[in-house]
Amino acid sequence: MSQITIALSKGRIFEETLPLLKAAGVVPRDDPETSRKLIIATSRPDVRLIIVRASDTPTYVQYGAADLGIAGKDVLLEHGGDGLYQPLDLKIAACRLMVAVPQGFDYARAVKQGARLRVATKYVQTAREHFAAKGVHVDLIKLYGSMELAPLVGLADAIVDLVSSGNTLKANHLQAVEEIVPISARLVINQAALKLKRVAIQPLIDAFAAATEKRSG
Amino acid sequence: MRNWVLPEFIEDILPPQARGIESLRAQLLELFRVHGYELVMPPLLEYLESLLTGTGHDMDLRTFKLVDQLSGRTMGVRADITPQVARIDAHLLNRKGVTRLCYCGSVLHTLPAGLTSTREPLQIGAEVYGHAGIDSDLEIQRLLTQALKLCKLPDVRLDLGHVAVFRALAQRGGVGSALEAELFAALQAKDVAALRSLSKSLKPATRDAILLLPELYGGREVIARARRKLPRHAEIARALSDLQRLTATEDIPVSIDLADLRGYHYHSGVTFAAYCARLPNAIALGGRYDGVGKAFGRARPATGFTLYLLELARLAPAAPAPGGIRAPRTADAALAAAIARLRAGGEVVIQDLPGHEHDGGEERCTRKLVKLKGKWQVRKI
Repeated sequence: MSQITIALSKGRIFEETLPLLKAAGVVPRDDPETSRKLIIATSRPDVRLIIVRASDTPTYVQYGAADLGIAGKDVLLEHGGDGLYQPLDLKIAACRLMVAVPQGFDYARAVKQGARLRVATKYVQTAREHFAAKGVHVDLIKLYGSMELAPLVGLADAIVDLVSSGNTLKANHLQAVEEIVPISARLVINQAALKLKRVAIQPLIDAFAAATEKRSG
Repeated sequence: MRNWVLPEFIEDILPPQARGIESLRAQLLELFRVHGYELVMPPLLEYLESLLTGTGHDMDLRTFKLVDQLSGRTMGVRADITPQVARIDAHLLNRKGVTRLCYCGSVLHTLPAGLTSTREPLQIGAEVYGHAGIDSDLEIQRLLTQALKLCKLPDVRLDLGHVAVFRALAQRGGVGSALEAELFAALQAKDVAALRSLSKSLKPATRDAILLLPELYGGREVIARARRKLPRHAEIARALSDLQRLTATEDIPVSIDLADLRGYHYHSGVTFAAYCARLPNAIALGGRYDGVGKAFGRARPATGFTLYLLELARLAPAAPAPGGIRAPRTADAALAAAIARLRAGGEVVIQDLPGHEHDGGEERCTRKLVKLKGKWQVRKI
């Protein structure tokens, strides 16, 4: 029996993945929010979960350290997706990757004038491609969190970040001005694992697909 | 002082590994030789134009470039040997009929290819030129299978694809080249969500067929499913019957993946990818690439494969090497004769150097030559 390892990140992705795992008969033995274990056994002896940082999920799967993983499209775009299959949009952890600016900043005019914008973001690759496709010159400032702060303290003119409710933006007097791409979590699979362990992995994919279908009606 | 540091993804290969690699290299080249494949040794670098034509199409970013001081032209360090061998067949040998060639050598990559963690892969491969039918594909498949078996890889399997299926769908469906490239990228990732949104503008029959491709992977049963569900174009029917012939082998577990379009730009028929346990990417790649020689003045049907020797040697179980034999350094004709006899039989015999008679000798030595009853004999240490 081949052992299947699934990489997940704590928080929203983990919580929203639980029903999908359950549909495949996989129930974690521990809760990563309370347990400090990084490898979590499940009700199925042939399936284990590993808890990784969200942005590391594609790397674990790419190198075959995990056979499957669940990663946000934002993380996958930034990673590039080399060596990964992404067969399933799980439609969970949905949000949007957006450009936001301080309220009162005329973004459309700045773009039209061809101004050079300073953009703070965690998503450097995706932001670079987005602005290049628009023909806008940008200086990118890589930050690891609290992007909303950057325009308030004069570090950047705009930010590129995930927006779900928009409350954080509002609380910091920012407004979203442009959607780059809608985001949701994807099932990613190591290419060699799908070739070598297809018999074990395919039922999981099918169960996830059926559960996703059922949930989104 | 940091001048011992090597560049990233560049490595030294140290004694036991180097021996293992050399031993596999010799066995594989011998396997190719007895199958009639002639060895060629193309140069490390050549003009960029010849490296980047044909199968080198995708290698531009991967190729190290430098300026030739003699001609002022740009040269590249080869990132793949296949285009060089195709050039040799098309232009230099210029034989009529079938030519079988094989090669082994290092290539350089500016970026590590996939996850192989080296920018200096060691390629070894075999190619057949001048035959367009399924029989040369079968010959190449059998040779690849034997090469993989020789290396005793764990859980090895062969994955087959065929570029003609997607190409026929795209051409008959009138898909433009920009969209075709995007669909190709989505198919490579089996990204069904992206395929759905990209294919909205296509004719329903084309769209349905393309959306089906990511599901068409698995065992032999995939062929029957594809026959039932894909449009009945002549090219697709031919591709599926080729795949059926190729999956008939019992020598190696085979699977099929009709969305695997690796090398789509130069492949023209069946594609091979071998996978084994403990490696997150393919250990061997190959397939048919008719017409590649055209860039060198002569379009020739071609099919072949490349194995990655460094990974092969890492994954193949190491052959148990018997330890060496330690011998004293004395002027004794009988000793010299005994040593020569042992060495001729393939044994490692290491003679002590003056001043080192009393230390342990080389660690590899598990036996020693001693004179017993007037005769030099091998004894355990």
